[in-house]
Amino acid sequence: MSDHINLPEGSIGKHTTTLNLGPTHPATHGVFQNILELDGERIVSAEQTVGYIHRAFEKIAERRPLYQITPLTDRLNYCSAPINNMGWHLTCEKLLGIQTPKRVDYLRIIIMELARISDHLICNSIVGVDTGAYTGFLYVMQYRELIYEIYEEVCGSRLTTNIGRIGGFERNFTPKAFERLEKFLREYPEVLKEFNNMFRRNRIFMERTIGVGPISAERALNYGFTGPNLRAAGVDYDVRVHSPYSSYQDFQFTVPVGSTGDCYDRFLVRDQEMWQSISLIEQAYRKVQEFKGSESEVYHADVPEYYLPPKQDVYTKMEALIWHFKIVMGEIDIPPGEVWMSVEGGNGELGFYLISDGGRSPYRLHFRRPCFVYYQAFEELVKGSMLSDAIITMSSLNLIAGEMDG
Amino acid sequence: MLSNDTIKARLIDKFGEAVTNFAEPYGMLTFEAPKDMNLKVIQFLFDDPELRFRFLTDLQAVHYPHEKERELAVVYHLHNLTDNIRIRFKVFTGITNPDVFTATKIFEAANWMERETYDFYGVNFVGHPNLKRILNVDEMDYFPMRKEYPLEEQTRVDKDDEMFGR
Repeated sequence: MSDHINLPEGSIGKHTTTLNLGPTHPATHGVFQNILELDGERIVSAEQTVGYIHRAFEKIAERRPLYQITPLTDRLNYCSAPINNMGWHLTCEKLLGIQTPKRVDYLRIIIMELARISDHLICNSIVGVDTGAYTGFLYVMQYRELIYEIYEEVCGSRLTTNIGRIGGFERNFTPKAFERLEKFLREYPEVLKEFNNMFRRNRIFMERTIGVGPISAERALNYGFTGPNLRAAGVDYDVRVHSPYSSYQDFQFTVPVGSTGDCYDRFLVRDQEMWQSISLIEQAYRKVQEFKGSESEVYHADVPEYYLPPKQDVYTKMEALIWHFKIVMGEIDIPPGEVWMSVEGGNGELGFYLISDGGRSPYRLHFRRPCFVYYQAFEELVKGSMLSDAIITMSSLNLIAGEMDG
Repeated sequence: MLSNDTIKARLIDKFGEAVTNFAEPYGMLTFEAPKDMNLKVIQFLFDDPELRFRFLTDLQAVHYPHEKERELAVVYHLHNLTDNIRIRFKVFTGITNPDVFTATKIFEAANWMERETYDFYGVNFVGHPNLKRILNVDEMDYFPMRKEYPLEEQTRVDKDDEMFGR
């Protein structure tokens, strides 16, 4: 109840309204709920409820051999599943002390940056949808399709990719995969430019997003923001730069930062990151092409205990058959250890905390899911703003229910 | 540049015998302190002008059912973004009285992380503003990530489930 409106005698008093936004509201773009307390159209308070698609991955992982955990990570941030997969492989490799060949690192960077582009592209076009511009979303879909076709050629699947293996890739990239990559690199920059022309200086878009859902750098850090959302607030923290993995130190790229941490800055940061990703992919592709002779055929590290032997050997050689059986049945003992590994996911720092007691499956595995950590700031971001601003804030934070609920 | 040895020396200077079990698995400094000192240690790490661990990366629990009076470990991963160094800090608590002070006064980020830890392990974070279940249903009356709840055997055949055919 507020008293700034003087109601005539005898009228009904002013009440706030409770509004359930979600769990299946189209504007939430995922299964989570917001209980908003509204005074007219202004938000008085918001309470977030998450957990609708909690699948107990951490518990399930405690009974699985390492390679069977990869498909679980797919289902965290399913907009950029390959980054999660690679993050998990890197965690295992760190625990096992596996050194991957450079070519594997570069191929992984190509895949991870493609995933980052598809993740940011969806987020930015969804912000467009929520501000009333559906066209951009529909238009870029066919270019995300190009990325999915590359995944398909490399690993056989599109959304939940299960791409790569511990130590490298399951098979070498085919010439067709590189052809598709070239096609993507040729066609995509034009499209991204056109997509940006539609939004960047669009008056309606700017007025809907500038100053909406802002957060200061200090608050963002305190709330554990990472990724584009933190960088939009002006902090240049990027895991790829701070703790380089998969040979990111061999590449030249800049980390775009914003200043106000509002929806517009988040949009711009994601946009600039896509351009950086394109440049990273081009650099990585050039480096991959530089390998000559037998080096150009390398696509995995030599780790017989974790990497399946070639199928023709399994059919013809005893040793290969034994290894195949042992690996598939998960009969490999993992060395004991305690390891933290994080990668720059689509939404921020995706961390894996793995404790092994020497058994065949992890003793404890925890995923640091960036979405889950920063979604708790939502109330602070939207308090006092309009309902429609809350919806844009939600989509520009890139909240992925799968990642939040784990 | 801050190194693991400097951090260790600073901690021992300040807390003496209380901080123990220093180790560096895979290069990350790991140590533990008594559970009633967790806030003092975190606050010191946060405030000290040299250490500046001002980013809470992660917080979770681990269950060790065979270690008496130390069944639950609460693990903090802290990050100094200025010098780019991470540390891991653990406190252990008995499972019958799993009270640990909340870090929400220092880090807003700890709010949901602690709720998640409570939800799955039953660690009671004393002073938490809103300690209730977050991912599981509110009616749940056990803490499912504890080791006494094993996953269902994946090859069991005694279940008759017409819907899913097993």
